[in-house]
Amino acid sequence: MTVLDVRHLRKHFPLRQGLLGRTSGYVKAVDDVSFSIEAGETLSLVGESGCGKTTTSRCILRAIKPSSGEILFRTANGEKIDVASLDKKQLRPLRRQMQMIFQDPFSSLNPRMTISEIIGEPLLVNGMTGTAERNKRVADLLELVQLPSAYLNRFPHAFSGGQRQRIGIARALALNPSLIVADEPVSALDVSVQAQIVNLMLDLQDRLGLAYLFVAHDLSVVKHVSHRVAVMYVGRIVEIAPTTSLFNTPGHPYTEALLSAVPVPDPRRRAQRIVLEGDVADPSDPPSGCHFHPRCQYATDQCRTETPELREIAPGHSVRCLRAEELSLLGVPTGA
Amino acid sequence: MADPILSVRDLHTYFVADEGVVRAVDGTSFDLHSGRTLGIVGESGCGKSVTAKSILRIVERPGRIVSGQIMLRRQNGSTVDLTTLPTDGRDMRSIRGGEIGLVFQEPMSSLSAFHTIGNQLMEAIRLHTNLSKRAIREQAIELLAMVGIPRPAQRIDSYSFELSGGLRQRVMIAMALAAEPRVLIADEPTTALDVTTQAQILDLIRRLQQERDLAVMLITHDMGVIAEMADDVVVMYLGKEVEKGPVDDIFHAPRHPYTKSLLRSIPSVLAEPRSRLATITGSIPHPFARPGGCPFHPRCPDRHAVCEITVPAEVVIGENHVTACHLYNKVAA
Amino acid sequence: MSATTAESRVAVATQRQLIWWRFRKHKLALVSAFVVLAFYVVAVFADTIAYTEPFDTQASRSYIPPQPIHWFDAAGHFHPTVNALKGTRDPRTFKLAYVPDASEPRDLVLFGHGYEYRLFGIIPTDIHLLGVVNSRPQDALFLLGTDQLGRDVFSRLILASRTSLSIGLIGVVISLVLGVLLGGISGLYGGWIDVVIQRVIEILRSIPTIPLWMGLASAVPNSWTPQQVYFAITLIISLIGWTELARVVRGRFLALREEDFITAAELAGASQMRIIFKHMVPSFLSHIIAAVSLALPAMIISETTLSFLGLGLRPPAISWGVLLQDAQNLQTLALAPWLLVVALPVIVVILAFNFLGDGLRDAADPYG
Repeated sequence: MTVLDVRHLRKHFPLRQGLLGRTSGYVKAVDDVSFSIEAGETLSLVGESGCGKTTTSRCILRAIKPSSGEILFRTANGEKIDVASLDKKQLRPLRRQMQMIFQDPFSSLNPRMTISEIIGEPLLVNGMTGTAERNKRVADLLELVQLPSAYLNRFPHAFSGGQRQRIGIARALALNPSLIVADEPVSALDVSVQAQIVNLMLDLQDRLGLAYLFVAHDLSVVKHVSHRVAVMYVGRIVEIAPTTSLFNTPGHPYTEALLSAVPVPDPRRRAQRIVLEGDVADPSDPPSGCHFHPRCQYATDQCRTETPELREIAPGHSVRCLRAEELSLLGVPTGA
Repeated sequence: MADPILSVRDLHTYFVADEGVVRAVDGTSFDLHSGRTLGIVGESGCGKSVTAKSILRIVERPGRIVSGQIMLRRQNGSTVDLTTLPTDGRDMRSIRGGEIGLVFQEPMSSLSAFHTIGNQLMEAIRLHTNLSKRAIREQAIELLAMVGIPRPAQRIDSYSFELSGGLRQRVMIAMALAAEPRVLIADEPTTALDVTTQAQILDLIRRLQQERDLAVMLITHDMGVIAEMADDVVVMYLGKEVEKGPVDDIFHAPRHPYTKSLLRSIPSVLAEPRSRLATITGSIPHPFARPGGCPFHPRCPDRHAVCEITVPAEVVIGENHVTACHLYNKVAA
Repeated sequence: MSATTAESRVAVATQRQLIWWRFRKHKLALVSAFVVLAFYVVAVFADTIAYTEPFDTQASRSYIPPQPIHWFDAAGHFHPTVNALKGTRDPRTFKLAYVPDASEPRDLVLFGHGYEYRLFGIIPTDIHLLGVVNSRPQDALFLLGTDQLGRDVFSRLILASRTSLSIGLIGVVISLVLGVLLGGISGLYGGWIDVVIQRVIEILRSIPTIPLWMGLASAVPNSWTPQQVYFAITLIISLIGWTELARVVRGRFLALREEDFITAAELAGASQMRIIFKHMVPSFLSHIIAAVSLALPAMIISETTLSFLGLGLRPPAISWGVLLQDAQNLQTLALAPWLLVVALPVIVVILAFNFLGDGLRDAADPYG
């Protein structure tokens, strides 16, 4: 059952110049992105800073309005609604079904509210006005994220980063959403705490059948949480595949380079890595043809002129590369 | 092994505040050797950055070095204890930058936005040489080329905000190496960067180390980066060094329960998809509420009664491999 | 044990308690808070603390120097007295001069009777904090001497504080209302409204203050009663004051709009009203309080400056500025240096407000 179906999503930010704010061009932050997420599934959106992964997630939550495209969301009663076309008022009843986990556990909790007020807020504003009923639900939610309910009256400053992240998760779960957008939920945490939150997210998904859109840059974490992974480069998805295929047999040279760049915590595996030349392309002035061609070691003249389409090269495995079939790229073998 | 260039002995750096004393660094000892990389790894609050700042004598108030020695073998062959030098004296100023280069995590905040990178680089060179203006500029361009900045002759006149994060970090490295120091301290040099850029910078540090026979001290929270770069490793937890040894021992024969748990809990690209991670219970205590005895005992899977009371002494496990844990002390006791 | 109880005490501490705990550490700010409080207590009970009708003129008693209080009598017992004044004629100029007469001590008492007034503007009474027993008109008390018209400087000073401190307070309230309203609209809605408000603020701030005030103050008709002038001056002063507060409020709104916890509340379905009043306003309330306590001294200085220049309040109204006007010329200062004493409370209260504001601002900065 598809929870979210994103079709041809675009977000172009106008570049303004001069006193009158004349539009001189566009930053194509998100450029024709399509994917879908099933119930109980985690799709990770990975890529380097500026690739458009965060903009994509904010469009889906409608924190920003997309320029074009459809965001079809399956509501609790089975309707499919295009979130992209709704206005603020129409959005409100849908909000409760899509929630978010934030990156920064410090700025995501209001320091002036107690834990019970923070977790109870979504309940309160959505009509659960009885205090006793709400407190009961908040206590249940705390238990769900493995925090003692004795902490109800404490303020956020009394908690560590990991505990705050649990509180943020409890708040996101308060309204029984079907989709959770997690924007780098563990990247601000210490390594020893990261593992706890990753495991908690996996447990909650199994118990509640949540769909996750997991936005991250750390491929190691991504491997531990995802069913499928989409790799973005300069506003476009360049590869989307089930986790194992993507890591073992990447189809796009950029994915190969990303995988190769991840440091492996084993000094005996100091492999010869592929070090990309140069920097990520400027999304306001991307290179012609395939955006990746200036940094690609396999690029041909054709790559400079022809824009590749996302094509399926194996079941569920799509790649945006002209030479996808002929290249045999290096992945990271599981468990080796 | 040859004599170390820099050797830190039993360093204690404390922060005394109204709320109590934070023992940011509480007894650390290690050596830096030419051509070798020492990795210092630990989570937030472990004291890894304060260790670096102590060596450079740039610990912010109210922090200060309480005891210990930092012996630097200087370029003229003499040896000096940095803890005895005045923080802002002439000696310390010429050592900072001159004999010990420094690379920070945030290249944006360490570079001035009001001067071109060339001006800042030339300033760094000027402080330690007395070449002509033209020669200094040529040397600056050479340095930029050395750290892999494309079109260095043009880039020298650009401002830091015109450069990408990766290029800025390259400029920082060029500045750190401007006075040809023999020691380079890199504090989380790649944490703010994307993976592909991180790979470029790590490559660059490695190449420069080989070319210049640098002693590198690499501070990071990322075990992957340590495995990639370090020859020797110090693992720190709450100001204490818990385990120290050659990189292969640390990753393949770790002895301290913290090192072991930490290695098990890090996510890896080699893992089975959607596999759960081993966790360390609890979280890092607030620095004012540091547990007594072994600081790791509340989270330790192998703790004994003694761990709550006595601070474990360091036990020699193998060649250059020591750990501070009662598990290995018992045999001796 | 004590560490854990302290920890759990901090854990359930509200943000307000945390601010108070941090503020308490600022000794100077704490002392300043008491000083400011003391000033306002004096302002509220001004008529009680004053002991002589402040408008009571008597040409013959001009420029009497301050009368010292004698705390102990000859036998060494605590018995506060002041010496009576004896008028003598200068044999050459025939000018009447008053000299203290040590042979005639007058007893000082607490809560003595004096001129009639209404406490808090309601309760009619004639009780004053200090009084001279069996005082005859010529024995009146002049703790800080008299001015040219023979009015008691101490009593005038006390009543002047009421005017000056209340002008500051009312001015700040007006500024606050304007600042929060316009700054809030500017920060919340953005767009062209923001542009217009910001430009208005910039224009207002770019006009040199003194000429602007001069222009506006000279437009106040001479025929207005002291009360009307008082409110006109308050309005003129707050005309500039609100711009700073509007900037603070706008800045906080803009910063808060980007905070994750605001996004979280939006995603939870909270209404715009709830987000503003439950999340945003409490988050910057402490900043506003700090900004206000820093704006107050500026208001007081403005009033003092205007009145000193003769553009603000005019006699018979009394304010610090009006009183300082008396100390304007060199001749007066040479003859009656005690008139300068008015500058002292101005300096003290301005410093106290500044220290208090600094302390509050430091304490209000959230963790991290």
